[in-house]
Amino acid sequence: MPKNLVPLLAAAALGIAACLAAPSARAVEVRAGVLRVDYPTLLPISRYDARPEDLDFAGAVLADEDNATTGSFLGHTYKTENAAVPPEGALEALDTMLADGIRYVVVDAQAVELLALADRAAEAGALVLNASAPDVALRGAECRANLLHVAPSFAMKADAVAQFAIWKKWPRWLLVSGSNPEDRALAEAYRRAAKKFGAKIVEEREFEDTGGARRTDTGHALVQRQLPTFLQRAKDHDVLIAADATDYFAAYLPYHLWTPRPVMGSAGLRPVTMHGAHEAWGATQFQTRFEKLARRHVTEADYNTWLALRVLGEAVTRTGSDDPAEIESYILSDAFELAAFKGQKVTFRDWNGQLRQPILLYDDRITVSVSPQEGFLHQVSPLDTLGLDRPESDCTAFQ
Amino acid sequence: MKTLMLSAALCLAASGALAGKAFVSNERGNTITVLDTETWEVITEFAGGNRPRGITLSPDGTLLYVCASDDDTVRVFDTETYEELYTLPSGPDPELFVLDRSGSPLYIANEDDNLVTVTDTQTHTILAEVPVGVEPEGMAISPDHRWVVNTSETTNMAHFISTVDYQIKHNILVDQRPRYAEYLDDGTRLFVSSEIGGTVSVIDIAEDGTPTLTQKIGFEVPGVLPEWLQPVGVKATSDGSRIFVALGPANRVAVIDGTSLEVIDYIMVGQRVWQMAFTPGEEYLLTTNGNSNDVTIIDVTAEKAIKSVQVGQQPWGVAITPN
Repeated sequence: MPKNLVPLLAAAALGIAACLAAPSARAVEVRAGVLRVDYPTLLPISRYDARPEDLDFAGAVLADEDNATTGSFLGHTYKTENAAVPPEGALEALDTMLADGIRYVVVDAQAVELLALADRAAEAGALVLNASAPDVALRGAECRANLLHVAPSFAMKADAVAQFAIWKKWPRWLLVSGSNPEDRALAEAYRRAAKKFGAKIVEEREFEDTGGARRTDTGHALVQRQLPTFLQRAKDHDVLIAADATDYFAAYLPYHLWTPRPVMGSAGLRPVTMHGAHEAWGATQFQTRFEKLARRHVTEADYNTWLALRVLGEAVTRTGSDDPAEIESYILSDAFELAAFKGQKVTFRDWNGQLRQPILLYDDRITVSVSPQEGFLHQVSPLDTLGLDRPESDCTAFQ
Repeated sequence: MKTLMLSAALCLAASGALAGKAFVSNERGNTITVLDTETWEVITEFAGGNRPRGITLSPDGTLLYVCASDDDTVRVFDTETYEELYTLPSGPDPELFVLDRSGSPLYIANEDDNLVTVTDTQTHTILAEVPVGVEPEGMAISPDHRWVVNTSETTNMAHFISTVDYQIKHNILVDQRPRYAEYLDDGTRLFVSSEIGGTVSVIDIAEDGTPTLTQKIGFEVPGVLPEWLQPVGVKATSDGSRIFVALGPANRVAVIDGTSLEVIDYIMVGQRVWQMAFTPGEEYLLTTNGNSNDVTIIDVTAEKAIKSVQVGQQPWGVAITPN
């Protein structure tokens, strides 16, 4: 946050007033794309986690409807194209969108493809909204000036779990992580969170990915024998933190521990942006609207896509513009705010393009808690206690 | 004997009117709690349909209208017997409504369908459906009956609907998640609360009804995170000298000076305070506190909370019988 906070806020307030007066009847046609990269994956551990065919796209349809309803009073129209492609087809799909005149692209892809897409989009002056990639580096050294992150980083989610553990006075953690690079990156986020909030990782164990059994072939019998022995004789701990970003073992952890302890992280109490049972802060309306459209419960991916397009819609509503540079500068300004069924406005970090948002802690049935937790304070916003704060970020693209 | 019964009935009717009743909709408990506005005792609690939220009374105080949101209907109760008399067509998911001061029509916000439904309370028919922004909630009617205002929570607008042709004539963008709209009694000004924006927009109304956003009122309480200051219900005294704003999870009602538009005080009430209603002479202001399941009674002149009364589960709205 700049030094002269107060005058700046006052200026921002004036800015809002100016914008309020501004949205004229000027017709604006907002065209966006949702680009989903489908990677070859194994079946998930649980059938409940099967990827619906309209993943992301259902969120986009709802966002288009929401934006179009608001736009109808201002002369703004919204149209969003969808594409689901394999990794090797990602750039081509983007090129098609760009050639079609689309300058706002919501991307659900891993870091490598996301960066390639963002760089290609930059050449066309297009803005990319990251709806899934959680890599901390994308918000740091690898950040891009035309890449905004609606999805939270591993760091934000790990911090959300860590704050809850500290609030519960469960500072002694047994960290169990997977052996894939993504799992190790997530484990690193938990190590950082432990240090940041004063928890102690008393011991770490890595559960190697050997391509083990799924429950379909009576894998559960093996799991029941293997996991407790894998976890025996651990140092005294209050909670087990699971770091399994690739979803191959964490779901088996609860009830298969050696020492009975709560599980948090990739199983048990999980940090999510949204889930289908969340009702607080008017979210019931969001859920019923989504279910009416999609005939299923919302997933994080759908919510992230919806939110990305709502960010765009809100910026268009307030500025009356469809120029990507103007839209991005408004999104990153202090004037931008958006209600996202999270109980407080969501805004953007102007130093790395990350959306600030509360993280729901979900036990696969209800919202157990919401971070940031009470008592975790910050000079700018309690939301900045989650993830990379300005001084920690080595992102320079926004300077 | 007949005469005796009749006079007894008259007495009952008379005392009923004198005592005054406050009706509180309990969103989660699916009930309506009835309070005596003299003794502040709970008289009774009766079934109010599924997810009762918006609640209001006919001008003569004999009929109670309740938005039974999950039943997609407005339920109408007798305010003496608490019997359900009939239902009114409301459109889907009615949340909040406003009744014309003549007793009809009823203007209903349909939260899930981006509509305001206009329902004739005499013929029980729908007169019009007005498309509005996403998640319509707040409803107000101008004192001259010419305008109905609806606020849409996700579109972030106040829509000004003409009661002549049910067309939207003006839209004013306000801050995030507008929940409630309240006109001053002289019709010159409208207040719109923005729950997530944390502000109350002040909209001045010209002679011909044209609205102009003139300023936004913010809130600040030492020791309370700004994120928790979430304005919802707004009530203005009939002389316009005081505006009371319920601040949700901040558990406070802000008192605003009607002339300077400065916040002059914060009154501690129950937890998650949302809606409010005055007693007929404006001696008291009742607040519904959704998380502590109670109603706080504020002495309006003293600007102090004097009592809280337990009601049903998750009280949402409150309506008080006229004199």
